[in-house]
Amino acid sequence: MDVLVIDALHLEDVAVARGGRVLFEGLNLTLHAGEAVALTGPNGSGKTSLLRVIAGLIRPAAGRVRFIGPAGELDPEEARGRGLHLLGHHDGLKNTRTAWEEQLFQTRWTGGDEASAQAALAVLGLAWGAELEVRMLSAGQRRRLALARLVASPRPLWLLDEPLAPLDADRRRLIGEIMTARLADGGLILAAVHDPLPIAARTFEIAA
Amino acid sequence: MSLAALLRRELALAWGRGGGPLLACAFYVAMAALLPLAAGPSPERLAAVAPGSAWVALALASLLSLERLFERDFEDGALDLLTLAPAPLELVCAVKCLAQWIAAGAPLAVLAPVVCIALGADPSLAPLTFVCALVGGLGFAFTGGLGAALALGSRRGGLLIAVIVLPLFAPPVIFGGGAIEAMASGLHWRAGLLLLSAYSLAAVALSPLAMAAACRNALS
Repeated sequence: MDVLVIDALHLEDVAVARGGRVLFEGLNLTLHAGEAVALTGPNGSGKTSLLRVIAGLIRPAAGRVRFIGPAGELDPEEARGRGLHLLGHHDGLKNTRTAWEEQLFQTRWTGGDEASAQAALAVLGLAWGAELEVRMLSAGQRRRLALARLVASPRPLWLLDEPLAPLDADRRRLIGEIMTARLADGGLILAAVHDPLPIAARTFEIAA
Repeated sequence: MSLAALLRRELALAWGRGGGPLLACAFYVAMAALLPLAAGPSPERLAAVAPGSAWVALALASLLSLERLFERDFEDGALDLLTLAPAPLELVCAVKCLAQWIAAGAPLAVLAPVVCIALGADPSLAPLTFVCALVGGLGFAFTGGLGAALALGSRRGGLLIAVIVLPLFAPPVIFGGGAIEAMASGLHWRAGLLLLSAYSLAAVALSPLAMAAACRNALS
């Protein structure tokens, strides 16, 4: 399957309400290919909700999310189905399956193949643990396994929610290198963080 | 193809730790063993109600593994991943139900004639019982999947699924039990099987739309 190219992500006047409370409104943000944005803001300010709005899981109360490709505006359904990774607090990994089974499924599901799944495990230093059940992994190893899917499949837009929280300093540097490589490849990264990202990134703060 | 990968994953999850289908089969056999104790020991009386009660037990056993069908993926975030795919969510839901049918419905269908005969039904009914249980199981899986999707995120989801789904199981129980009953008394049984097939096909065609809407609603 050919790779979907996203040149830019536009958020226009986006408002998000959860449980009858408006979290934020009039939010404008543009993210271009090759660019990383660190989304900051206090707890409960709506960082996770914004990522889910972009992924199409939550409908915004107002405003629009637009994905721009080389040939003009992309169909949002297609951009989300083929061009976007969402990595949230819940990583979708099944405790009772082995790391390799989960990595292979998640990679295939998001458009990669067996070779790229295997290579990604090696890049993240998890090749030794491929046959372990996911429940045997530590929090940091588990997060690296979740990130392995992003490395293995060619989707350009990464929406990350606290991606580095359980990782040690060395692993954070490693993820930084991976992110830099993906950005150089035309990737776009939007990460909700409390700690600074290990790469040069524009900071965008959601006001409470 | 990624949908094939999904089907393999669903089957592995169904058969994995916990052995859901085996549990459903054990439940089915246990219920069938309990029925004679309630209906009385006389073989004639038991044989008269055998197809019907075997069919009701089948419907109940089909409910068992439904709770985890969507809830598991909803809780651990995998449902987010499943929605972000080139395949429409409707198709994803249909594949999950198809896996449910293969993993749980098919073993129960194999068991259905055995249970029927054990309860005293005539062995010549076995082939029809198997076919009816297999076709009806398809309807059970898709209608049950609809209940599982609607119950997403609720506490005591399993109970809720049973309450939503059991009324919808009435037509297949009537048609399936009726077909076997008709054959036992030498009447035309084709109509019952055809209506049962129609029910299952309608469930396959319509319930994915509702399941996908229910999943989207639960995620938002």
